[in-house]
Formats: sequence, structure tokens, C-alpha cells
Amino acid sequence: MGIFESNAPKGPLAEKWTSHKNSIDLVNPANKRNIDVIVVGTGLAGGSAAATLAELGYNVKTFCYQDSPRRAHSIAAQGGINAAKNYQGDGDSVYRLFYDTVKGGDYRSRESNVYRLAQVSGNIIDQCVAQGVPFAREYGGLLDNRSFGGVLVSRTFYAKGQTGQQLLLGAYSAMNRQINRGKIQAFNRHEMLDVVKVDGKARGIIARNLVTGELERHSAHAVVIASGGYGNVFFLSTNAMGSNVTASWKIHKKGAYFANPCFTQIHPTCIPVSGDHQSKLTLMSESLRNDGRIWVPKKKEDAEAIRAGKKKPTELSEEERDYYLERRYPAFGNLVPRDVASRAAKERCDAGFGVNKTGEAVYLDFSAAIMRYGKEAATTQKISNPTDAKIQELGKEVVEAKYGNLFQMYEKIVDQNPYETPMMIYPAVHYTMGGVWVDYNLQTTIPGCYAIGEANFSDHGANRLGASALMQGLADGYFVLPYTIGNYLSNDIRTGKIPTDSAEFDAAETEVRERLEKLINTKGTKSVDHFHKILGKIMWNKVGMARNAEGLTEAIKEIQELREEFWKDVRVPGNTMEMNAELEKAGRVADFLELGELFAKDALHRKESCGGHFREEYQTEEGEALRDDENFMYVAAWEYTGNPADAILHKEDLDYENIQVKTRSYK
Amino acid sequence: MNLTLKIWRQKNADTKGKMQTYEVSDISADMSFLEMMDVLNEQLIEKGDEPVAFDHDCREGICGSCNLQINGEPHGPDRGVTTCQLHMRRFKDGDTIVIEPFRAKAFPVIKDLVVDRSSFDRIQQAGGYISVNTSGNTQDANSIPVEKENADMSFYAATCIGCGACVAACKNASAMLFTSAKVSQFALLPQGEVEADRRVLQMVEQMDKEGFGNCTNTGACEIECPKGISLENIARMNREYLKASVK
Amino acid sequence: MAKSALLKSSLAKKYWMAFTGLFLCLFLVGHLLGNLQLLLPVSETAKDQFNEYALFMTTNPAVKVLSYLTYISIIFHAIDGLMLTIHNRKARPQGYVSFKPSTNSMWSSRNMGILGSIILAFIIIHMSMFWAEMKFGGLDDTIYTTANGEEVKDLYTLTIKTFQDAQYGLIWAIAYGFAMLAIAFHLSHGFASGFQSLGVNHPKYNGFIRKLGYAFSVLVPLAFAVIPFYIYFVLEKI
Repeated sequence: MGIFESNAPKGPLAEKWTSHKNSIDLVNPANKRNIDVIVVGTGLAGGSAAATLAELGYNVKTFCYQDSPRRAHSIAAQGGINAAKNYQGDGDSVYRLFYDTVKGGDYRSRESNVYRLAQVSGNIIDQCVAQGVPFAREYGGLLDNRSFGGVLVSRTFYAKGQTGQQLLLGAYSAMNRQINRGKIQAFNRHEMLDVVKVDGKARGIIARNLVTGELERHSAHAVVIASGGYGNVFFLSTNAMGSNVTASWKIHKKGAYFANPCFTQIHPTCIPVSGDHQSKLTLMSESLRNDGRIWVPKKKEDAEAIRAGKKKPTELSEEERDYYLERRYPAFGNLVPRDVASRAAKERCDAGFGVNKTGEAVYLDFSAAIMRYGKEAATTQKISNPTDAKIQELGKEVVEAKYGNLFQMYEKIVDQNPYETPMMIYPAVHYTMGGVWVDYNLQTTIPGCYAIGEANFSDHGANRLGASALMQGLADGYFVLPYTIGNYLSNDIRTGKIPTDSAEFDAAETEVRERLEKLINTKGTKSVDHFHKILGKIMWNKVGMARNAEGLTEAIKEIQELREEFWKDVRVPGNTMEMNAELEKAGRVADFLELGELFAKDALHRKESCGGHFREEYQTEEGEALRDDENFMYVAAWEYTGNPADAILHKEDLDYENIQVKTRSYK
Repeated sequence: MNLTLKIWRQKNADTKGKMQTYEVSDISADMSFLEMMDVLNEQLIEKGDEPVAFDHDCREGICGSCNLQINGEPHGPDRGVTTCQLHMRRFKDGDTIVIEPFRAKAFPVIKDLVVDRSSFDRIQQAGGYISVNTSGNTQDANSIPVEKENADMSFYAATCIGCGACVAACKNASAMLFTSAKVSQFALLPQGEVEADRRVLQMVEQMDKEGFGNCTNTGACEIECPKGISLENIARMNREYLKASVK
Repeated sequence: MAKSALLKSSLAKKYWMAFTGLFLCLFLVGHLLGNLQLLLPVSETAKDQFNEYALFMTTNPAVKVLSYLTYISIIFHAIDGLMLTIHNRKARPQGYVSFKPSTNSMWSSRNMGILGSIILAFIIIHMSMFWAEMKFGGLDDTIYTTANGEEVKDLYTLTIKTFQDAQYGLIWAIAYGFAMLAIAFHLSHGFASGFQSLGVNHPKYNGFIRKLGYAFSVLVPLAFAVIPFYIYFVLEKI
């Protein structure tokens, strides 16, 4: 299969990208004017790609389901963006960022891509600063950095807790400049519902205007999918309500392989579920783990008493608390990577030590940090023999300065004061490392169809490190895709405008129309959310943080049944030719119902534990993940053949020439 | 708790709308306002009625999608929050809640509580950017030192989420706070200063074209802004514009 | 573009509003200083002083320029304000069923148009009573002979008599007080607002400007308002 090759250039790792750029074909500026590119999704990856492609001279059309490109969910990223700038002089380098990313991803990512990512990371910061992104600065006027997610260097650039927002608004402003020049046409409140292939190449899309309900045909010489991840297959996640897999899934069904769907990141510090009404989960920045200590009661009776509301956490003495991360991982303690921290929390709660009403929460306690900072502050302020109350007061001030906005957010949602009583947290689905398979050029297995950002199977392997998602999205969009796509488009300079009245467009539109009408005409008895919630429960319980063959097999069967029931019994009010939020949701959930099955199938086939994928059968005696490099050091790329159950597995073997494959240990 | 909701219903942009009354029951204090709306919609779907359309997405107060006028105030009675961050514990059993779309000529209603805020996009497109290419060959980030105080002020201006609460709260439906936040973000940075004049003239011209009202400095926008964008930005825009106009 | 921007744009309207408004604040101070002379005990000196002052104010070429500027400012301020109000009404063709602006802004800031209209009405009456009388009114019973023998209107006597009138004096004083109250509210927002419109806003000085604005909006109208009541209740009858 010619199309299923990584196409990574030969030669030494550090020179691959440069030599590749030098050898790929360019399109002359006059010809670029005759070439159209469609970009689906306007987050960090899509927005930055659209802006850059337009700037290069291509005619770009962007599509997003939100009312403005500025609302894409990249905006919610809090912590920061990594870049190997080594501004702090602490020994950081391109190689070290590359190494950390591959190791953090548990050796399941493509070496050449990750190295390129590390190489262009510095450009991102330069670019964003030039665009006016207001990063945090020091008094000297230079950029500030912090360390993030337990890495050994300070390479994270940030803008308070709103780094994603600032970066997205930067990409959005670059888009606006091109919209103003007429080089980008932005189709907001539009949802791509299928890709159109002509002669085997991606040549356009069918999109639904979400205001009028009309189906529109848009043609282009290449289609770029930047529609983000599929975490909402779990119903509850930190994703936005509208985040969906539809664009990725549609191209998958038309020939794009879907890689490693089971690699999903569960973020350890989210606000726990409070009841059945819950529609989404809120992330609390990982930076809280720098100062907070995570614990549950040592005795089950205490946990039970707390759950029943008979005891308060503050009444438990130090001896009665189990700081389980510090106990299990003395070297990294509370700063272990996300997957490790999440699993440990689940383990304690499953064992009956959970602390909120639902039994699914652990404490994140700042009292020690408050005392420590308070003592420091007392020393600097030359207060001798301060009382405990004074120390606490001073400490709270320091903590407030560092995490004030997060504490406030927590209090708004939970209605408890985290300065007085420990926060409650629990893991939640956050990011999907898996996605559409792409080669070194970010091209999918459909010629002319590209996938960037979280939508592709990405550079994060089986687990993503903090502050790396923003980096990857912008690297793909600003600096990788605009080059690599030229290689493909250089063959299209004489093609001319792609007509939309072809048989292929007719067929695609008919298919989309029939599916929408089927959803409306089913006129069943259950709402879309009803099905979505059940799917979410199946996924969370059986395909969540810890999986086993039995559960996965059950999950596959349950999802199949649920899908069947969905198509028989879903109730979608209204009609297709109007703004209809339920219809939009129905289409997305229908796709999740297919993806969910492939997800479980992938998890079932991967008989090892690595990164975000933990199979209970494959663990060490201490309960740590047990990787099987011998048999599973590959990317699992699934080909659609008509049913998720019948998907064909293709393996892309991963070779590590520049890095020694080791067991991850945080002990 | 049980609540009475008075909600603006409007089929589409071309039809006239009206207020309609609904009852919802079993609302828990821990729900967010939008989760309460979800409950209402599930009830409506079950009864075979059309659910209420409203904009929402991230539900964590950052995307700026949600925009309900609740009991006469944008995003409801709490300060510093968006509608999705407003929780039902703010209300009492038996309360009547009036829910309307944000009202402005420049924000026409699309359906029920959904309005068209593309006028904001067009203001940004008129000049809300720095004209640099995304070549990756720009100068090193640290070759442009920025005074920390200005960088921080620029950041605070840039935290605007474009929800439109400023317009909704203003008795004149003015978009000055929104426009000035973007003008300020760039005017405060050396990178943005280069084309500051052109930017402010073009953005204000577009803002006027969109049909927003004028600013009479009532300060309502600042109070209702979920992100606390300061009036100082409007003054800065006034300054920038005056400077650009007399040149 | 820059030229039309200074005339037509929304921001330009703000500048002119602020500029004329702040200029009128200066005018108020000048006017007040003149009026305070009415508080002097009734005597020929007081009468002479006031009438000479009034004459100076109506004939001196420099003052004339200033007074024309004042008229223009008032007219411009009023027309600009009217245009703004119409424009702002149009920006929200469909209103809210429930709208609670009192939770986020001061009453005076939202009612500058109404306050301004009251003030405009007052100015018209005020002008017709004193200024027009002075300029165009016939020389009837109140004649004042200036130092160089010219005969002009005795504005001093006219004023004092108006407010000491047994039947209407108190009503005039109350009406005058009411107008000053409108001015006070108008200023309580307008003074600081003018600075904001012209771009003067700095955390360091905002507090001062606001306090100065409040002080101005209370003290100046109060001083104006005290005069007619003083004349009615305290001053020796003439």
C-alpha cells in the first residue's frame, strides 16, 4: 500500500526537516491564486493553517460550527506552551524537548515528527510575540517561563491561566487579516458533513449551514481537517459541548485510516461530577499539583463518614491521611505524569476511599503549602514568632496570588472555600492522542486530505505532556502544513476550479441529506442526550482509565446494540431546514456511536499498557503499566470497510534510532 | 427547586417573537444555569415541543458563546461570570426568571435566544491584528522587550471573550468596550504601535457602520463584563483615535 | 479619512460633547463669581459694582468672544447630545422586557438627555429674563446710569426685585433651585465623563478626577442656588 507510508525523509534526524523542505516542490505565487484549500475547524491548528495558507496566496475557505472562529475550544487551554528556547539557560535544547515528548508519550510516536515539532517550537514563540500575543514577562521586559507537568526544565511560556485563549486569538487575528484581504472566506455556523472525493482525491466537502439548514457544496484542491479531538465520546469531558469527531469520522469512512483511537488522556485534576444533570467537566490547571498534596483517608470508615457528611476532611489528623502519590512515587510525588496520577486516584476510589457523595473524588490539599508559604513570608517580612493564624493569613495571600482565579472558579462551581477545606478533584477525559493517521507531510491516506492538530494521531504517542498540545497545533498550522501541502498542490496548478456539479458532489450531498432526514424521520421516543449519556457511561466504565478484555468485549457489544437502538428510537424535533441544535447533536452522537466501537476494538487489540491506555491484565506487581515493545511498538491504523467491527488493522512500525527505549519510571 | 421561566421564543430572523412561560421542576442548586436550560429542553422534547435554542459551547466561561440576558442583566445577577458559570444556587424555589437574547441592532436575533454577533468579527477584521507574516522568520521573541506593566495591561485587555455582554448591558448598545479592548491590547505593545493609527481609525469606522450606539460613559459595560475589562481601555481608544485623527 | 473622522465618527461626537461640556464648566465658574456679588448687602456700591460688571460682560470685546464661544458651546452641546440620543435609541430597536440598569450604572449617567433638556429649558427662560432684558429690553423703571453717563438697564435691581417679589419671588427661587439640581446631577456624571471621553484616564488620577467632579457638581450649583434664596429670605428688601 503506497499511501500508507510515513514518508519520513531519510538522513540524520536533525536534518530531516530542512532537507525535506529543500526538496519539496513549491507552487509559484501566480499559480497559488488558482488553488483553493478548505480548512475545517478554526482552532489553533486550523486557524493558524488558514492564515498561513492565505498569506502564501492560496484561496482559503474555513469552516467552523461556532458563530466565530475565535470560539474554538483551543481557547480553553490554561497552562502554557512548550518551546525549546532555553531562555532560562537550564540546559534545555531541541533534543531534550524531543526526548521528553517521546518518553512522555511512552514510545508510541514517530521520531521524525516529534523532532520536527521540537525544532519549530521556538519559531512559534517568535511568531506569536510578533503577532502581539501578550505572554507573561519579567520585570526586565523579557519573556517568563515556568516548569510544567514535572519536566526538569522551565520551557513553558504562558499568559496567566489563559494561554490557549491568547494563542487562539493570535491565530484568529492572523485569520482576520487575511479575511480583510479577501484571501479567507470564513463560513461560520457551518458544519462539514462529508468529504467529496473525485478520482480518489479529496476535492471538496458538503457542509450544512447551521442557521438555514441548507446543504452547501464547496470544492477545493485540498481539504484540511483541523476539527480537534473526540473526547466527547465519553459524554462527560473537559471538551466543549460541540466538540465532535464528525469531520474526522467522515473522512475515515471515505478512506482515511484512524490511528490509535484508544490513546486518550484522562486529566487528573478536574472538578468531580456532582450529579446526573452534569453536562461537562471543568479542568483545574495542572499547575495546582505544584503546591497541592493529594490524599484520601487511610481508614475506610473515615471515607464513609466523610461521604455521609458526618466528618470533615479538616478533622482528620496527618496520620489518618494517605498521601498515596507521595507514598507510591517518592521521587515525583504529586508531580507524576497525568496518566499515572489519574490511575492512582481511580485505584483509591475503586478501593472505597473516595470522598464526595458519589465516592469518586480525592482531596487536593493546600494547607501545607499555605503554612510553608506563610512561614517564608513571615521570614521575609521580619515577623518574629508569628502566630499560626498570622502564618496562615500570610500563606493564603501567597496562594491567592498564584492560584486566585482557579480557587475562585472552584468556589463558584462547588460552593466550598478551598482556602479552608481541601479541594476535591477527580480525573476526567481531556485530550485524545489518537486520531486520523497522517504521514510526515500530515497527509491522510486520502490524497489531498490533510489532518492537523488534535485531529491527527499526533506526536504525543500514548500520553501527552502538559503544554504540548498548543505547541503541536500551532506547529502543524503555522510551520509544517503550509510547506508540505505545497508538494501536493504543485501538481494541481493546471487543474483549474473544481466544479461542484459533478456526479461525486451529487452523490455525497444525497447521502448527507438522506442521513439527516433519517434522523428527523425516526421520530422515536428518546432524546439524543439519552443515548449520548449511555454511550458515555459504557465508555467511562469499560473503556476508561483501566480496561480489560472482558469489559472491552462487553463494551463493543453494548455500543453496537445502543447504535441500533439509536437509529430506531431517537427523537429529533423540528426539521432539517432550520437552525436545529438537536439535529446537529444527533449527527455527532451517531458518529460517536461508531467511533466508540472502534475505540474499544483498538483497546482490546492492544495487549499491553502504555501511556493513557491501561490494560489491567498487563501491569507489574506494583500495579504499574507494563509495555510490550516487542509486539506493540507500532501505530495501529484502522481502515474502514463498512462497519467498525470489520475495520482492518494496518501497522506502522516505530523505529527509534536516536533514542533509547526505556521503561518509564517515576518512583 | 421549581421555577417559572419566561423565555423569548422566535422561530427565525424573519418572524416576530414573543415571551413564553414555562415551568421547570427538580432543579438542583448545584446545576449551572445552562444545565437548567438542558433540563427544560429535555422536558420540551419529551412533550414533543421544540427545544429552546441558545448559544453555548465550552461551559467553562472562556469561549464567549453563551449570552443570555437573565432578569434584566447580561449573564445574570452574578459579577465576573458568564451564563454557563452562573449556578442555580443563586435562585430560590418559586422564582420567576426572565430570559431574553442580547438586544442590539447589530446583534439581530437568529432564533429564540441565539443572536448574530458577526459584527464583532467584522470589527476585528477591520484592523484588529498586527500585519506580520507567519513565516516563522520573524525576529527572536526576546529581541522585543516589553515593559511588564504594559505587557500585563495588554494581557488584561486581551482577555475579552467577545460575548457581547458590554453591548447588552449598555443602554446605548455600544460596542466601545469590546473595540477598545482590542485597540488597547495592540497599542500597548511595541509590536502593535507601528500601525496603531490605522488600526484605531479603521476599527472605529467599522464599529460605527455596524450600527452600535455611542458611549455615554455610564460604566455598565465594565460592571457586567464577565472578564472585568476596564473602562480605561475606552479612554485609551479615545486617546489613540484623537492622536490618529489629528495627524 | 482623518478629517472626516474628527467630524462624523462616534468618537468625534464624544470629543465635542466633552470639549464643549468642560468649557461650559469653566463658564459656570466665571458666571458664579459674578453672581456672588449679589450676596453683598444692599447698597449703592453693591448696585454699582454689579451693574458695572454686567456692562463689562456685555460690551468688552474679549468677553464677547468668550460669550459667543459659550453660546456656540451650548448650542453644539445640545445638538450633539440630541443627535447622540437619537443615534443611541436606534442602536436598540427592540428593547428588553426586563432591564435592570440600576444594578450597573448611576441614574444620572443614564439620564443626561433628560437632565440636559431641563437645563436647556432653564437657559432659555434665564436668558429671556435677564440677558434679553439687558440687551433688548426697553429702559423702563430700572435704569442705571453708568460712570460715563450712559443709561442702561439696572440689572441689579431687576434681579433683586425678581427674587424678592412677594407673589412670585419664592417660586422663581424654587424653580431656579430645581434647575441647579438638574445641573448638579448633570455635572455629577458629566464632569468626570468629559475627561474619560477625551482619553484622560489613569488609575492614579481617576479617583481625584471623580472626587473633583463630585465636589464641583455639588458646590457650584449649590452656590448658584443659594443666591436667590438668600435674596428672598435674608437680603434687605429694596
